Amino acid sequence: MSTRSPLRRRLERVGIGLTAVLAVAMVGLLAIDALRSYPVVDVIYEQARIAGWWLDHYLGTNVFYHPFMWRSIATGILIGVVAPLVGTYLVHREMALIGETLAHTAFAGVAVGLVVSSMTGWSGSLMLIALVVGILGALGVQWLAERTDTYGDVPIAIMLTGSFAVGTLIISYGRGMTGFNVEGYLFGNISVVTPSGARLMAVISVVVVLVTVATYKQLLFITFDEQAARVARLNVTWYNTLLIVMTAVVVVGAMQILGVILVAAMLVVPVATATQVAHSFRETLTLSILVGQIAVIGGFAFSISQGLPTGGSIVVVAIACYLLAILASSRSTAAISTH
Amino acid sequence: MTVVDLENVTFAYGEQPAVRDVSLTVAEGDFLGLIGPNGSGKTTLLHLMLGLRSPDSGSIELFGEPVSSFEDGERIGYVSQQATSGGGSMPVTVREVVTMGRFAHAGHGRLTDADYAAVDDALETVGIVDLADRQINALSGGQRQRAYIARALASEADLLALDEPTVGVDAESRDAFYQLLESLNEDGITIILIEHDIGVVTDRASRIACINTELYHHGDTESFVESDALTEAYGASGQVVHHHH
Repeated sequence: MSTRSPLRRRLERVGIGLTAVLAVAMVGLLAIDALRSYPVVDVIYEQARIAGWWLDHYLGTNVFYHPFMWRSIATGILIGVVAPLVGTYLVHREMALIGETLAHTAFAGVAVGLVVSSMTGWSGSLMLIALVVGILGALGVQWLAERTDTYGDVPIAIMLTGSFAVGTLIISYGRGMTGFNVEGYLFGNISVVTPSGARLMAVISVVVVLVTVATYKQLLFITFDEQAARVARLNVTWYNTLLIVMTAVVVVGAMQILGVILVAAMLVVPVATATQVAHSFRETLTLSILVGQIAVIGGFAFSISQGLPTGGSIVVVAIACYLLAILASSRSTAAISTH
Repeated sequence: MTVVDLENVTFAYGEQPAVRDVSLTVAEGDFLGLIGPNGSGKTTLLHLMLGLRSPDSGSIELFGEPVSSFEDGERIGYVSQQATSGGGSMPVTVREVVTMGRFAHAGHGRLTDADYAAVDDALETVGIVDLADRQINALSGGQRQRAYIARALASEADLLALDEPTVGVDAESRDAFYQLLESLNEDGITIILIEHDIGVVTDRASRIACINTELYHHGDTESFVESDALTEAYGASGQVVHHHH
């Protein structure tokens, strides 16, 4: 228990390396998809489609040839990186419920976006408006949590239900105009991932990974010992805001595939899984991203092969990993207590 | 040089006064024991000194600067009550905790070899090199204390502020811990220590501040032992923890 075996360390390193390669490839794929009308890129785009066709041919699937599937798989892979990354700090700051709350404020944002895009006819605004409303909601949650005298989770519960209520009102109001598929955002759906939504996720992922790498030390210190971090003159309020805004951003990106109701699962479950078996904080981050990847890839495979919803499949695979981790860690505790 | 300088500091939680009109100074190299009954405002006073709270009135200076504009976070090592009593489930190794002491130095940059060397030195000084790769939550109370002290040493702090650091620590580790504090103090680190065990404070500290909302005594340990400050501050009904070592 006291030290990790070299084999485990090597496996983790290989896993995180593969994840990085996969994530970069997915960002690249989304870039190719976005720029396919330009010269040179159009050739690469055609080659990628042919490669997808061959992949489908060998696997006996009908998935990789279609650009809309690229977008949803790429979005899923990127969610599997950034959600556990941000979630590791959230969970250990005992802010797991915040992710769920922000998903609901983002839902209100989607509702506003639906109405605005139906009135202006600009469909690209949907996720952007969800993003803006999500971030405003995040700042609102933090403002409430810092200023109210009640227990810390009361304003969060109010914000959660309140924004959902506003969302349903706006959607009912706009229904005559839009006739839009709300269930897609509630439960998540591959077909909800629009080209602009996928591009937004790519940008979000790059920014969140860069910011988290740059602020790793500060976020760790604040997560572990907030008072000592204050005494060390870290700007705790600023970093808290940063964490909450990053969460809102990730939630809006993840909502397309996972749905409002399940989005918090990817922030929490991989981290809970990793915490069961990890030895250090750095290992918690590594393992939670690996579990996130297993959940996304396993969930996609399961949902495509069985024709079931993706969001639910991803979360069920993540929870299966969690249960396995509990079994594994309880066995290792038992092994320690016997000698 | 003056490390901490409080002048007529008053602080209240709403209507409830916690600290009233306290003036005191802590000089470089002092080992100040901060004592008082439960709820007397000791922790509040320490938080005021460190800038975790702002006073309602009065002025506070840290290393000669107003505390609100003091930015050299690495000069202070702080071990809070909750840091040491809470177990928590966050998987963090001792080395990771001690490395946090270098974060104020490094800012957003990468940690350098000099940073890692400072961490190794700090682990060595408090004698927990062999525990470096253990999880902090798996340690005993006494070992955990040493890890937090190591974090302060890694940051090369000039001032060490400790809030009841030995609650839940067995007597033997506690003696060893206070010997460590004494030797750090001899090396020139200023120490402010909140401690409920008055015997320990009068044995180890060079100066005593005894408060119960107001300051009842501030001076060297001998003058405190001879004074009536203790009974005045704790009142006739107050319970005094006092066992001599």
